Amino acid sequence: MIVEGTLPGPAELLHRAGWELRPEGACRGDVCVPLPAGARGDVGRIAEALGMPLIQDAATGTWCLGPGASGRELAAALAPDLVLPDHRGNAFALSSLLGQKVLLVAWASW
Amino acid sequence: MWQELREELHPRGLEVVTVALDTDGDLALPWIEQAKPTHPSLIDRTHVVGELLGIVNVPSGVWIDEAGTLVRPPETAYPRRPGFLDREVPADATPERAKAIAVTRELRIDAERYVAALRDWVDRGAASPFALAPGEVLRRSRPRTTEAALAATHFELAQHLSHAGRPDAAIPHFQEAQRLVPENWAYKRQAWQLAGADARRLYGTAWLDEVLRIGAENYYPPLEL
Repeated sequence: MIVEGTLPGPAELLHRAGWELRPEGACRGDVCVPLPAGARGDVGRIAEALGMPLIQDAATGTWCLGPGASGRELAAALAPDLVLPDHRGNAFALSSLLGQKVLLVAWASW
Repeated sequence: MWQELREELHPRGLEVVTVALDTDGDLALPWIEQAKPTHPSLIDRTHVVGELLGIVNVPSGVWIDEAGTLVRPPETAYPRRPGFLDREVPADATPERAKAIAVTRELRIDAERYVAALRDWVDRGAASPFALAPGEVLRRSRPRTTEAALAATHFELAQHLSHAGRPDAAIPHFQEAQRLVPENWAYKRQAWQLAGADARRLYGTAWLDEVLRIGAENYYPPLEL
């Protein structure tokens, strides 16, 4: 997740990443990760507790909060909730193919 | 590349969705126009599909059943034996070109077995031995290590900087992603393409060097059907 300019506070940053601060820790849905004492106000320590890399580009100051590190690349054997433009620029939702078998092929021009 | 197989299998209940993992998505368009696909042909300018599914090279296919369950994780997917496996070296080829053609012929691609398995699944569904149980799909997906998460973060930042007109600032982040997960060919090949003629100078390597280093037979992992 890209953040231009100054990093927002912990609650706002977590919210943008799909998490929220609760008394029991940083939570997403039913999953809560306890935070170390004194970490609540510190974005860097919260990211560390969640295993999410937080890096900044030295030349532009742009931040990036990465995905958590745990388990496997596939968290569940479920098709991702994916919406991408097609080659004519129209948004296409993978979920529109529920009810059919799908072969999803990643390719590239490179 | 997939249109012919799509025409065969769509009446039997399969849809093909292609996704171009291209930071400069416009570069994918001529290929798609030429293929005249009747299936959804998507453009992924931030490699989000690569990130969500753990794809490290292309072409990679995943199978999704009628309920939206993944029944095969990413694996090398060709719809037929690619012509480059049988390409002859032209008499006037430069030594570099001749080497590239020879190495490409050594890539391990088993399109016939892959497509036979796909046809079996399309016809037999969950009864096909090639439709894997969820636990097996997860077991076969790549581990999300600390290095992999950090590499994905650098790659996302690099792509953002490229899109923002700062290709110079993107380079160290592409390099860091490549260093952290050297087996991710998407991190390498995408960066090299964006660098164009400067790629070798900026990254100190190229596709042929890297394939020779690991051995052509290791470029695509063996198909585990």
